[in-house]
Order: sequence, then structure tokens, then C-alpha cells
Amino acid sequence: MSNVIQYIIDGIALGAVYALAAVGIALIFGVLRLVNFAYGELITIAAYVLAVTSNWWLPLSLLAAVASSVALAVLTDRVAFKRLREAPPATTLVATFALSFALEAVWRLVFGVNGRSADVLGALNTTAISGAIDVRWVTIVEVVVGAALLSAIAIFLRRSTIGLQMRAAASDIRTARTLGVRADRVILSAFVLSGVLAAVVAMLLTAGSPLVTPTLGLEVTTFALVGVVVGGMDNLVTATLGGFVVGFVNAVLGDALGADLRVFLSSFTYLAVILVLLLRPGGLFASRRATGAERV
Amino acid sequence: MTAPSSPRADALEALGVSRAFAGVQALDGVTLRVGRREVLGLIGPNGAGKTTLVNLLTGFDRPTEGSIVLEGDDVTRWSPVRRARHGMARTFQHGHLFGGLSVRENVEVAAIGCGASPRAARRRAAALLDQVGLSRQAERLARLLPHGEQRKLGVARAVAAEPRYVLMDEPAAGLVEAEVPALVALVRSVAEEHGAGVVLIDHNMALVMEVSDRIQVLDQGRTLAEGNADEIRKNVDVTSAYLGGTGIDEAEAHV
Repeated sequence: MSNVIQYIIDGIALGAVYALAAVGIALIFGVLRLVNFAYGELITIAAYVLAVTSNWWLPLSLLAAVASSVALAVLTDRVAFKRLREAPPATTLVATFALSFALEAVWRLVFGVNGRSADVLGALNTTAISGAIDVRWVTIVEVVVGAALLSAIAIFLRRSTIGLQMRAAASDIRTARTLGVRADRVILSAFVLSGVLAAVVAMLLTAGSPLVTPTLGLEVTTFALVGVVVGGMDNLVTATLGGFVVGFVNAVLGDALGADLRVFLSSFTYLAVILVLLLRPGGLFASRRATGAERV
Repeated sequence: MTAPSSPRADALEALGVSRAFAGVQALDGVTLRVGRREVLGLIGPNGAGKTTLVNLLTGFDRPTEGSIVLEGDDVTRWSPVRRARHGMARTFQHGHLFGGLSVRENVEVAAIGCGASPRAARRRAAALLDQVGLSRQAERLARLLPHGEQRKLGVARAVAAEPRYVLMDEPAAGLVEAEVPALVALVRSVAEEHGAGVVLIDHNMALVMEVSDRIQVLDQGRTLAEGNADEIRKNVDVTSAYLGGTGIDEAEAHV
């Protein structure tokens, strides 16, 4: 019994992290219909900045991480995606792949292939509760920060003017523009927000395991993207849930599978995804939505 | 057919516009003028070029010849967004509502888009929803509204931007007969209370006849007739063009 509770606690914690990454991806997809495979590089740069600034005053180090991923998010849009606004989805997807690999090469050149240690939040990697179940502080922080940030984003999208405009643009950007919605401002906000989320994901990940490698963000993004697809890309709430589910499943399998099977963890996750998509092609939560895909 | 003439400072005009699609002449030298506080009904059989003309006016399409003039400015090359910022709004034949936003939010987006503060946008949305009879549905998702109510919401949203000119593409399509009088009142108030010039396309002849100050009849891409409701009813050309010879009065009876 205590095993099961342990699995669930770990699952919720990792689920919260992946949910944050999923929101970052789904926000950009919502506004631009852009599947940003390079999203992981935002996480990676923030993690490296945490590693490089690990002897700084903590708040300053965290701030630097946020600044780096926000800057990279805006920069990638200006340099690459902005030119591809009218391009077909296949082109933009390939562009985000290319960007992701190019940036990964940059990380290798600049930071080396062996990885750096970013233990600015290492203090969180200690036991908070021990006994039948073990809970580390980082687990608690992941759940609290995840829930707080997701609520904050929900409130931002519901209550703020720019949030309202973002949702309108996500629904139909052409019509939104003819109604005076400033697309450039909405797109910029989406990239800034996704950058902030990436930095927080980097903080939570490095707090749990401080090793930063050039592919850190890529791995997270692959799973989060899977979650977004499983949840249904065009709906922020279900995409977030999808991210959560993938994180949850990943953590539970990681706990439940023996050490010898754990190397196949991603295979098991993908197997679960294939099953979901076979049974529910529109996504895990698509049952209540119209299948005709008509956007009113 | 009206000849192109010099632009006016208080009107939205199409001056001698033509549009060809792959050899098919959808519009051929049509001139249209709508002033502020005026409702211009645009009618004609299917394929007459009505929607093409609205697309040219709103900037979703460009004429092959002729020009679009907004209060004296040649806006022919302007994007829909730029025209919208200069006081033009439209409703769409197929809704184009923000389905995942609430009814109230749909209207608020338009108000905010034209520079209203969040509070002012909220007030304007409340007033407009009251006027179109959607107050009780304000918090529902737009895509869950019945068809007829979506039409009303489309009009409310277009008006929320306080446009000087509104183009309404079939606002009565899908409405039941009992809902038409409310739409007539709404369109009249857009012109009289909100002071906008309205171009209205609709197949519902009774609606067009009742609501329009002036009616322009298109047929095969040209202006066939122009005048008030009585003049159009009596016009022999219109009668023969419509519904293969069926008179306008009979067309009215059919809708």
C-alpha cells in the first residue's frame, strides 16, 4: 500500500513538471499553430544558466535563468518562426527540428558534452518526510509550484486583457486581427510566457537531479509533446492534462519497473501513447468535442 | 448602372470595381455607395457577386479594376486589419465566432480591440448583449449557442468595435421567421443609434425590404437596379431576373 502511495506522490510531482512544459508548448501552438519542437532548448539554456551562475545569490541566478530562456524564446521567433508565418505546417515543424538540433550543437560547443552541475536548488533534494513513504522537498515544491503556476496562467488567460486576446487569437487569429487584436503583441506574450515556463521547468528538474546535458530539454520536450498530442493540441486545458498524464505515467513506471527494465522506460511510455492514439485518435479527452473539426 | 464618380468624405464607396476569377467575371464595373446612418440592402440571385463585393469592401480580396474609397481615402490596397482599424467591421456568412470564448468575451474582445478599457468593454458588452437579447447567455461558450443566436452575437460583436461602416453577410440565414423582427430592429439601431453605415446582404427578401433605406440589385456581376423598396418591387428587370421570372413579391412570400 505504501508503495502505491509513493508511486502516486512521485507521479503527481513529475506530472506537474510536464504539465508546465505542455502549457508552454500548447500556448505557442494555440496562437501560431506552430508545433515548437525547439521548446526544449529553452529549458536547456535556462538549466545551463543555472549551472553557470550556481555561485551567485540564488534569486539572481533564478532571474538570470528566466531571462535567458525568455530571450531565446523571443529570439527564435524573430530569427526563424516570424519568417514562416504563412508557411505550411510541415515546413515550420522541420524548421523547429532544425533549430533544436542547431542549438543542441551550440550547447555542446559552449558547455561541453559531459554535462554541468546545476545544484543551485540542491538544498531541495533532501528528505522532508521519511518512513513508510519518502518525500523529498523537491517533490513538494514541484507540486506546489506546478499548481500555483498553472492557476496563475489560468487566471491570466481568463481575467487579463492580453489573456483574452490570446484566447481569441488561438480560436481564430484572422478574425481576431480584423477585430483589432494586435497579433504581434499576442504572439510576443505567448513566447515570453512559454520562456518563463521553460525556466521554471529547468529549475524544478535541476533541483531533482542537477546534471545538465545538451539533451536535457529535448528529452522533456519529447515527452511533453507526446502529452500535448495525447491530450489534444488545440485545447490548452486538455493539453495540460495530457502533459500531466505523461509525467505521471513516466514517474510511476520509473518507480514500478525494476532497475533492469527502467532503461526501456521511454519505450513503455511510447507504447502507452500508441495505444491511446489507436483507441482515441482525437486525444485522450476528445470524446466530448465535435469530431467534424469545424471551428465555429 | 451607376457611373463611377468623385469620392465623398462621409461614405464608404466601391468605384467601378471589377473582379475576375480565372476568366469568370464575378463583378463587372460595379459602383456602390453607403453613407453613415444608412442601411443599403444588397440583393441578387446566387452568384450575382454580392459576397465578392463585400470581400472587396472589407479587404479580404482585391479588385482587378476600380477602387475602394473610405471617406475620401483610397483603401484599395489596405489589409482587412488596417481597414478595421479605420472603422470598418463585418459579420461573416459562417459565424467566425470565437467558439471557446464566452458570449460576453466575444463582444469584449472587439471592444478592447478598438481601444476600450476593460471596464468600458465590459459595459459595452453588457449593453449590446442586452440589446440583442443574449444577456442570459452571456457566460455560455459561444459555440454552444443555437445558430440564430450565433448570428445575433456576430452582429453584436461587429458593432462592439464602434465601426463607422458594418458589412453584414447574411445575418438572417438560419433564423426562424419569428426572430426576424428583432434582427430588423437591431440593424436599424446599428444605423440610427450607433451611427454606422450598413451594407446588408441577405436572401430573406422581407428583411431586406423592411430594413433598407436603399436597395441595390446585382445580377451577373453588374448593378441591375437601385432604389427604395417600392421602386425595386416594381422594377421589371428585377422581377424577371429574380428566381427565373418569379416576382419579388412572390420571392418574399417564399422565404
